[in-house]
Amino acid sequence: MVALQESMDDADLERLRADLAERVGSTRSAGLVLDVSALDVMDSFSTRMLLGIVNVAELRGADAVIVGIQPDVAFAMVQLGITLEGVHTALDLEEGLVLLAQRRRKRAR
Amino acid sequence: MTEVRVPVTHESDVVVVRREVRTLASTLGFSSGELAVIATAVSEIARNIVVYAKRGEVVLSLVENGARKGVRVVARDYGPGIPDLSLAMKDGWSTAKGLGLGLPGARRLMDEFDVVSEVGKGTIVTMTKWSR
Repeated sequence: MVALQESMDDADLERLRADLAERVGSTRSAGLVLDVSALDVMDSFSTRMLLGIVNVAELRGADAVIVGIQPDVAFAMVQLGITLEGVHTALDLEEGLVLLAQRRRKRAR
Repeated sequence: MTEVRVPVTHESDVVVVRREVRTLASTLGFSSGELAVIATAVSEIARNIVVYAKRGEVVLSLVENGARKGVRVVARDYGPGIPDLSLAMKDGWSTAKGLGLGLPGARRLMDEFDVVSEVGKGTIVTMTKWSR
């Protein structure tokens, strides 16, 4: 589980992406939850960075889910034109973990 | 007249601009949803400065038009300028690391939007959100 901070800039996110790609392997993580509930804005740049983190984690074999997009943030993202196609999102950490468990079961079948 | 001037040269300045515009706009009684919309538009435009121009500033002010009050954002940079504005205003068009939503997205988020750009000199984006 990784919680993103409001003050994180692109350089921090890039470091996070590299760090997570490595740690998904070293900890043999099956799932990654990205908690963005602290973010008051998700513009196109931070969204692109976030999608990059999700893609890298999934290529490394972990399921990734984004949780905690705030209602106001979601509203602004829609107006901006951002769509998170192909990305799994959930309301909060709890729902995110349920989603990961479901995906894991589906994979095992 | 209240005016807040924020130099933008680094990504961390984008966070500062977002915070400043929220503070200023909240004095006009915008809803939290509208504040997020304004902060998102301002974030896009300030990011454009950092990504494309490296150096510029954002000036935030309160404006009035009759009984209406609003927040105005002027983003000025001294970058390469935009050669083809109509292309830059298209959804999905990007030359750098965005999603290509910057200018058209910001226009959707705000009530008024204007961009003037001169190649080799820079770009000025002016946008306004009126309080309901």
